[in-house]
Amino acid sequence: MALPNHPHQAAGAAALSAPSAAPAVALCGLDITFHLEGGSRYQAVTGIDLSVAAGEFVSVVGPTGCGKSTLLNAAAGLLTPSAGTVTIFGQPLSGLNRRAGYLFQADALMPWKTSLDNVKVALEPMGVADAEADRRAREWLARVGLRAFVDRYPHMLSGGQRKRVALAQVLIRDPEILLMDEPFGPLDAQTRQIMGNLLLDLWSRDKKALIFVTHDLEEAIALSDRVVVMSAGPAAGIVADYRVPLPRPRDIAEIRLEKAFHEIHRDIWASLRVEVQKAYAMGDGRELVEGATP
Amino acid sequence: MKRAKLLFLQAMVMVVALLIWHVVTAYPLLGDVKTIQFFFSTPAAVIGRTWNQLTGTEIYWHIGITLTETVLAFVIGSAAGIFFGFAFARQQLLAAVFDPYIKAANALPRVVLAPIFALWFGLGIWSKVALGFTLVFFIVFFNVYQGVREVSPTVLANARMLGMNERQLFRHVYWPSALTWMFSSLHTSVGFALIGAVVGEYLGSSAGLGYKIHEAESVFDVTGVFSGMVILMIFVIAIDSVVTMVEKRLLVWRPGQSSTTV
Repeated sequence: MALPNHPHQAAGAAALSAPSAAPAVALCGLDITFHLEGGSRYQAVTGIDLSVAAGEFVSVVGPTGCGKSTLLNAAAGLLTPSAGTVTIFGQPLSGLNRRAGYLFQADALMPWKTSLDNVKVALEPMGVADAEADRRAREWLARVGLRAFVDRYPHMLSGGQRKRVALAQVLIRDPEILLMDEPFGPLDAQTRQIMGNLLLDLWSRDKKALIFVTHDLEEAIALSDRVVVMSAGPAAGIVADYRVPLPRPRDIAEIRLEKAFHEIHRDIWASLRVEVQKAYAMGDGRELVEGATP
Repeated sequence: MKRAKLLFLQAMVMVVALLIWHVVTAYPLLGDVKTIQFFFSTPAAVIGRTWNQLTGTEIYWHIGITLTETVLAFVIGSAAGIFFGFAFARQQLLAAVFDPYIKAANALPRVVLAPIFALWFGLGIWSKVALGFTLVFFIVFFNVYQGVREVSPTVLANARMLGMNERQLFRHVYWPSALTWMFSSLHTSVGFALIGAVVGEYLGSSAGLGYKIHEAESVFDVTGVFSGMVILMIFVIAIDSVVTMVEKRLLVWRPGQSSTTV
């Protein structure tokens, strides 16, 4: 069980004690435009309205390059929107989102630190004493199945193992919001299933608000409460928002065999396919959306 | 088996080279033996002189001087390189303003500074340290600068999302990244510190390996020059293997040639 040690924010604590009326993350009329070199502009996303309740698992799917990561970066505070607001538990976000943990798509571990130190260092900004941090880091590494790999450096680990270290690094801080950017993208199918089940297991212990960006529709459905479909970029928006009526707890390998899964998959794919085809037409469709294979 | 064969072949290269040297200098094939020996000495004489020197005590005093100069040039040059590398990488204005001057200073062949350093710092060790410093500084400076600028944006964003403040970012992200780049140039910078010391000694001094070689040369003692070079080679190889050992310890987290990244 994660220790209920919430980040250091007086204002945050006040909002917590209130009933969870305010959504964990609310993106309102979000518009993000990048100013490129040479004066041109690229409007990545526009008119985004997305609200994620505390304890809710929401997946965002869409064609490659549609601005899914941009959306996450805005929720993390790594990116300031050109227009619109980001509200975290009812409070407008300014600067970095201190109540969120972010699992990046690329390798984000410090390559010069062992697994243990990588997880431990996440507690340093919270002022946890070294011995205590050590104990908790070992506990988390054991929880993600890496008890025997505490002294390994990232390059000695497989891609899946590195993701698990990253997961422990994010979760040890016990953030109230989790942002995940195609975290299992580069992993093979079997590892993805193991990681998916591990994630569901950890998430179900103390449900956090989770925004999960993926290009794999099946993965999105198997994991989430809601699946949000984004349109093809540029100026991408949200075109559909589906609830996933599948019971929990789930096993993401077995749930794919159920009839309800196929029905919801067919519905979402119907709207996703349109966007994928648009992306193709714009010449940006080199990468397939993986849900596309029948 | 394979290793033994390789060692044998490597040893053979030396044996053959020495043999050719011996035959050419000991027999009147290319002219008068005395003249040839004056210019090329003989392997036996060089080995004998080297052995005598290494079993004596005087040479170790000279080695000690050269080593002191090398270490001082390396340490001071690295410290300054790290400091300015960081300062410039974090202060873009500073970097932009000084950019042409840094490039100009680095373009200057450092050897021409040796006389001026001898004038400023005298003929003792500090003029050699200064020469080594000018060589080491730029290597470390450019590497640290690069190391800080090229921190992976993802690693940096991740560290910031973990709540690190500027001081923690420095300690856990910028500093290790800069050190990596510096260590990757460790062989080069130690080598340059040594070049600074030996060239400085050669151009004007009263002690050190460079001085020994220069001294032998000024009395046309070719055996002494060659033997000085052999000792210098042994000295450099010894320093280089120490650096390799240090490097292995410090960069243990880096993927080696034998390991594979999955």
